[in-house]
Amino acid sequence: MALYSEKVMDHFRNPRNVGVIENADGVGEVGNAKCGDIMKMYLKIKDDIIEDVKFETFGCGSAIASSSMATELIKGKPLSEAMTLTNKAVAEALDGLPDYKMHCSVLAEEAIKSAIDDYHSKQAEKEK
Amino acid sequence: MKIYADNAATTKLSDTALKAMLPYFTEYYGNPSSLYEFGQEARTAIEEAREAVALSINAKTKEITFTSGGSEADNQAILSAAAIGKRNGKTHIISTAFEHHAVLHTLEKLEKEGFEVTLLDVHENGIVLPEELEAAIRPETCLVTVMYANNEIGTIQPIREIGAICKKHGVLFHTDAVQAVGHLKIDVEADNIDLLSASAHKFNGPKGTGFLYARKGVLLKNVIEGGAQERGKRAGTENVPGIVGMAAAIKEAVAHIDENAKKMTEMRDHLIDGLSKIPHSSLNGDARRRLPGNISFCFEGIEGEALLLLLDDKGIAASSGSACTSGALDPSHVLLAIGRVHDVAHGSLRLTISPELTEEGVSYIIDAVKSTVEYLRSFSPVWRDLESGKLKHIL
Repeated sequence: MALYSEKVMDHFRNPRNVGVIENADGVGEVGNAKCGDIMKMYLKIKDDIIEDVKFETFGCGSAIASSSMATELIKGKPLSEAMTLTNKAVAEALDGLPDYKMHCSVLAEEAIKSAIDDYHSKQAEKEK
Repeated sequence: MKIYADNAATTKLSDTALKAMLPYFTEYYGNPSSLYEFGQEARTAIEEAREAVALSINAKTKEITFTSGGSEADNQAILSAAAIGKRNGKTHIISTAFEHHAVLHTLEKLEKEGFEVTLLDVHENGIVLPEELEAAIRPETCLVTVMYANNEIGTIQPIREIGAICKKHGVLFHTDAVQAVGHLKIDVEADNIDLLSASAHKFNGPKGTGFLYARKGVLLKNVIEGGAQERGKRAGTENVPGIVGMAAAIKEAVAHIDENAKKMTEMRDHLIDGLSKIPHSSLNGDARRRLPGNISFCFEGIEGEALLLLLDDKGIAASSGSACTSGALDPSHVLLAIGRVHDVAHGSLRLTISPELTEEGVSYIIDAVKSTVEYLRSFSPVWRDLESGKLKHIL
């Protein structure tokens, strides 16, 4: 199918960083099954660096590829840098997405931000 | 292995149809409206095709109008019946919630013009209840339009009973028979059908050609204005090769209808049995009253487009009612109409087989679907929540 770029198909067929991190430092879940997309991100963080990231996704080809690409873009990066990741950057790294699939990249950005937020609130909880 | 399992979308042109068509591109290419021989050859071919098409549904030759396909035929049938209704002060139409968009969107257009439309429930099994149809008929009802067989879930409607009810109440009856012609035995007389739409490429004919049957006395309203072709009811130079190909395809399909149905039903049921063994899966629509070639399933915890792409990698061409495959926000209106919730409707798969499928192909499809569903579930957060008990299984 020529619907997607080679890169999208590659990340869809061979998704990177699939799975779960037990006792993750931050977990974010966005989307809902009613719309047909759910993304869940797990982060392992040490000294404000994303040491490891894993994802689980219920969704279409571009949702799976966007999750995979997003994890690659933030792995090993400082939290401050991961926070600036945009959906556009995810879509560009995939050599583009069809217009009506752009929301998949938005979901990937939101999932990462939600996992980082979760990490921060867990940290705040610990410091109390 | 390469398996084309999307025959409800379109079919391969049959060799017989192709051979019949070829001379009409390069030899008898004249305009059928011209009086010289080039044209008259084409004119004769069209009239012979009309006879073959009429015969296949037990209609009279004059009751067949050639169109560009099923959508045009649906539009013309409904707009014609509505015009007749309006002249008699009747502006109520009955249809079903899971019609093709060629019907639903035409009805929406009529609603804006003041018509009232009742959409019948199709229930969990995807079949209209004749008694509910009869109860919905009012003195101002001018048309009942119910599809012969559904394009997504393949369920066959009680057409003869509906026809009898419409006749009893003096209401016109149209059926979108795009998925049925060439696959099921159709008799417009016995079924009391007043208007019927069909499309050639769904029965191994060419694309861009279809027909509208309109019982004698049912006045057609033009959708396309212009020349006097098709007795003035459908302007535009006739698609001669297309019409000839459609007639050849319909003759062939009708001649092998029992044999093909038997073969496909057997394979269909093997596929249904095999796919039913996938945990938390469910067949869409009635298991028996369905087209011989239709297998439609929902799988919990996965999304249909991802499934289709991976099946395509394995050489299997199929389709899904998932929102993601159409670019729409909502999943298929057909699946919602039979009561599938959004979460489950996104995980749908439609396989529509041809008589060419082998038992080996059936096993290949079952294995491929099973392993792909399993794989997608292995990293689906929805599936995790279903399995851990955080969410409740629906299927």
